[in-house]
Amino acid sequence: MLTFILRRVLWTALVMFVITVIVFIIFFKTPGVDPARALAGRSPNAQTLAEIRAQLGLNRPFPIEYGIMMKKIFITRDLVSYSNQGVLVIPEIGQAAPATLSLVFGAALIWVVMAIAVGIAAALLRGTIFDPLLMIVALVGISAPVFWVGQMANMISQSTLHGTFLFSWVPPLGYTPFPQDPLLWFKGLVIPWITLSLLYIGFYGRVLRANLLEVQNEDYVRTARAKGISERRVLARHTLRTSMITFVSLFGLDFGALVAGSTLLTEVVFGIHGVGYLTWQAFTNLDLPTIMATTVYGAFFIVLANAVVDIAYAWLDPRIRPT
Amino acid sequence: MSPEPLLEVRDLKVSFRTEDGLIRAVDGVSLSLSPGETLGIVGESGSGKSVTMMSVMRLITDPNARFEGEVLYKGRDLMKLGQDQIREVRGAGIAMIFQDPMTSLNPVYRVGWQIEEQIREHEQISKQAAHARAIDLLTAVGIPQAGDRVDDYPHQFSGGMRQRVMIAMALSCNPDILIADEPTTALDVTIQAQILNLIKKLKDDFDTAVVLITHDMGVVADLADRIAVMYAGRIIEKGSRRDIFYDPQHPYTWGLLGSIARLDRPKPRRLAAIPGQPPSLLRLPPGCAFGDRCAHRFARCDERPDLLDKTGDGHLDACHLDPRQKKDLRETTIHPELIEEAT
Repeated sequence: MLTFILRRVLWTALVMFVITVIVFIIFFKTPGVDPARALAGRSPNAQTLAEIRAQLGLNRPFPIEYGIMMKKIFITRDLVSYSNQGVLVIPEIGQAAPATLSLVFGAALIWVVMAIAVGIAAALLRGTIFDPLLMIVALVGISAPVFWVGQMANMISQSTLHGTFLFSWVPPLGYTPFPQDPLLWFKGLVIPWITLSLLYIGFYGRVLRANLLEVQNEDYVRTARAKGISERRVLARHTLRTSMITFVSLFGLDFGALVAGSTLLTEVVFGIHGVGYLTWQAFTNLDLPTIMATTVYGAFFIVLANAVVDIAYAWLDPRIRPT
Repeated sequence: MSPEPLLEVRDLKVSFRTEDGLIRAVDGVSLSLSPGETLGIVGESGSGKSVTMMSVMRLITDPNARFEGEVLYKGRDLMKLGQDQIREVRGAGIAMIFQDPMTSLNPVYRVGWQIEEQIREHEQISKQAAHARAIDLLTAVGIPQAGDRVDDYPHQFSGGMRQRVMIAMALSCNPDILIADEPTTALDVTIQAQILNLIKKLKDDFDTAVVLITHDMGVVADLADRIAVMYAGRIIEKGSRRDIFYDPQHPYTWGLLGSIARLDRPKPRRLAAIPGQPPSLLRLPPGCAFGDRCAHRFARCDERPDLLDKTGDGHLDACHLDPRQKKDLRETTIHPELIEEAT
């Protein structure tokens, strides 16, 4: 098991390295891209450009240039934004991360619980009208784009019905840090959580239903019944456990991607200044250092999520455990 | 005649509604099993032998299945029991092992855990005691170093070993009846013999009655006290092992016996086979279901034959042929090589 973890860590480092190199090449080395020109303002003279290049290390050979960038991200943490001169990128991400994490953790909790409920309900109600009905509702949840659902939710909760008792509790758009006011933090996130989790409830519910129906026909489920154990225990211990394998691997990947910044649309719609929002701003301004840093941050979480999935996988299924 | 039966199936009918119509998988089967007895149920795939015993355990969950008839176990009709009551019978009173040991154990739990789960479901017993009993059971079914193997996962066992685990699990609550549904079909021939010997031995040790479902006449020849032969959802012949092997009355049984490769007789040019296919359970012929494949068909076979005791000795068969004619006819069916030699 120790070698397994060690191998995972080495692998993670390698993946991170490759990702940073690729991102660096795309944003700093693509022909026609000149960060110095982007920084120098309108019609700069040659001297200013040369000064900026020297200052950022852009005139050095590629490996050194890459090394300087990595040093600024990981060690000195003093990478400066191009578009907002003077703003340090790394602390900025550090400030944005809690908003994204709050959004994703809450939504994940909702979607895991709801998706398991939907999946089990649909599988148990198979043969009745409720199963196809649930699946159609789930499909609607998958098909409705987050920005549309978000805008509709905003329209209803912020203006149309805001005056009624239903939505009068909804605070204005934006994110309140938890330590500042826990209640406001919660109130402000309820609607974003639900909006973000809809797609995943639908998707995971359908996946789980399919897996449950498949596993229900397995011989070992019949064995479990033949042993005389209760239907509830058969479901919880024998059917659900093996059905969760796909669910868990999907969850790890989606969760990682969301923490990494796939919450962009939700964050923009609800005015939550998280990592996704930051990335979006960086892209609109072509703020290369911020893009670089958020990409590294995102890659780190995705790779981390993958490692956690692998371990969870081994826990769920002893057949793939390293021996 | 025999002591009070432990299990009595009376006129069991099982059908499945499908898009193409009603499938009569089991069409009026009656069976009885005495304590300690071994009953062999023989028939080809789709003859209804597994469905019969799965229905006894109430293990058929298909919502389109319809059941009729009675299954009396210790005076109670299992078909009428509620979910909680049938659960008390499953595993504790009647246990079952299945055809494919590779898929019958849950891959994500240790084998010991799976045995303990059953014990603790039926008995008030501590975890430690259940664990110790699981080790004893694994030792009893011949698993070496059971103390270590008890914590292994199913994928760490071979097929034969897994079937031993299944048997240990089935016997864990000292059931009155063990139903073995083709227990050796998925195993190598050498392992088959080991498993059959194990069942034979444990049946005496645990004083368990056994229902052995198989399509292999060789398996019942060794183990069964009484044999029921099934065809197209019905029992077509039923009697003691001696009756079935030395005085078979139904042409289908003759066909089954004739298609065994035997070492104690001259080698036939070709291994005999029963011509044709079993009828579709969707459209059973009105007469004898075996009629279309039977070499001895005559006018009366358009009427459905009942399972009757024509000889008065507890040997039943469902064939219209006169018992006196049968003796000559069956020689030609079971031993076609004798005719070849004569001509």
